[in-house]
Amino acid sequence: MLTLLGVAVIVLGFALRFNPLLVVVAAAMTSGLAAGLTPVEVLAAFGKAFNTNRYVSVAWLVLPAIGVLERAGLREQARRTIRGLRAATAGRILLAYLALRQVAAALGLTQVAGQAQTVRPLLAPMAEAAAEPLSDDQRQKVRAMSAATDNIGLFFGEDIFLAIGSILLIVGFLDQSGITVEPLALSVWAIPTAIAAFLIHGARLLMFDRRLTPKAGDAA
Amino acid sequence: MIGLPLVYLLSGLMFAAFGVLSAADRENPKRFGNAAFWGLFALSFLAGDHLGDLGNGVLVLCLALIAGTGQIGVGAPKTTSPGERESLAATHGVKLYAPALVIPVLVLAGSLTFKHLTVQGAHLVDPKQATLIALALAALVAAVLSQIMFKQPAIAPVQEGRRLMDLVGWAALLPQMLAALGAVFALAGVGKTIGEIAVMITPVDSRFAAVTAYCLGMAIFTVMMGNAFAAFPVMTGGIALPLVIGRFGGDPAVVCAIGMLSGFCGTLLTPLAANFNLVPAALLQLKDRYAVIRAQAPTAVLMLIVNVILMNALAFHP
Repeated sequence: MLTLLGVAVIVLGFALRFNPLLVVVAAAMTSGLAAGLTPVEVLAAFGKAFNTNRYVSVAWLVLPAIGVLERAGLREQARRTIRGLRAATAGRILLAYLALRQVAAALGLTQVAGQAQTVRPLLAPMAEAAAEPLSDDQRQKVRAMSAATDNIGLFFGEDIFLAIGSILLIVGFLDQSGITVEPLALSVWAIPTAIAAFLIHGARLLMFDRRLTPKAGDAA
Repeated sequence: MIGLPLVYLLSGLMFAAFGVLSAADRENPKRFGNAAFWGLFALSFLAGDHLGDLGNGVLVLCLALIAGTGQIGVGAPKTTSPGERESLAATHGVKLYAPALVIPVLVLAGSLTFKHLTVQGAHLVDPKQATLIALALAALVAAVLSQIMFKQPAIAPVQEGRRLMDLVGWAALLPQMLAALGAVFALAGVGKTIGEIAVMITPVDSRFAAVTAYCLGMAIFTVMMGNAFAAFPVMTGGIALPLVIGRFGGDPAVVCAIGMLSGFCGTLLTPLAANFNLVPAALLQLKDRYAVIRAQAPTAVLMLIVNVILMNALAFHP
């Protein structure tokens, strides 16, 4: 039961906005000590796990390419493209991206887009350009919604693909419990949720447009 | 065989370059903090396998202390001004999209073909890491291509990479730190304890209550652990197998598929899923660290309700 103190450290640390790296180390220490390990054992276990999980940070390799393109004007070009489209609104752009992201993820193409390589250089500038003029506060909201749309499209698309990690985990877990399930059977049942996610988040995006446009009533 | 070691070498060299350039960046009052931080991260990539478990632990502790005591600033490599970028965009036009598209195309091509590349029967590329290696290759090709196509200075890829990396700052390390925390939590049996509590408070008398408890449990556990994969075995073993499937006869495929997606609703709500929720806030220079979570919250909560309804409607065949 005491090991749960580590979770409490995480919750408090994040809520009080301490530096998350320190919070994570403190949480690992707390749970490890509560489980009867020595501080050195916890540190070694943490170091070992940190080392084996280095692949998580490999994604940063994409930054130099994105940075050079930004230096050469990619984000400005994304804005120019959108300004040429009269029908473009932030909500509609994000809605189209949501559909693309969900379909690509459903085909197993989870790595073709992402926050560093797509949202920062392309999607967010496009959504901002379509919604301008924006107050500072609104600009922050458009950016946050761009990032959110990427996540939602990814999460509620990828499980339709047969060979994605989560599907394989389910198959393996059920197999150990003596239940045989085909990956196809699982991915089929991810479709209703995927459709619901598109409808719900899509509706939110279209309503988002209305919050951004100055109310006609105010001007009149 | 090309595998993770080569990718780690490339990453290590990149972070080492960030470290060296940071140390020389006089615009950044905290330049030595940045240099130490990215330098240690480089050391982890280049020599992590030779440092030993405790050595790696000490390294992580140092990284956390550098970040936690506010020693990291934001570097200011020389870059183009907004005005220059406008005119560069006008000059280059849609050509600017080409290298950006090279990344997804090469990732796709690599993850599809690397598995089949063999030389005398041996794999040329580690088939288990095909996507990651494709991503590294695509990033490298795109950087070189952009530098040549748009006649950028030779140092530009590294300096511009550093510019973006400094914007992300300590958050860059958080996903990997949290993955390590997950391992320590597993060692300490945290998941098991939470699972036992969840099972204890789950009502066993009605189908609807059991389904709701499973979906909610998946989401809440995911919020606490930052990862639906950690929640799934505990919650499914504790609630879904004995109750939803065992007692009430739910279809295992439907229950597990929708159960996992309920966990994903939790992922959208937790700062512990740092690479999805906190890193973008840093990349987009948002003032509120939790702004992306706030934008996702209404969708996540509604989707959780939808998942409960869907599981009730679809999992039980007459």
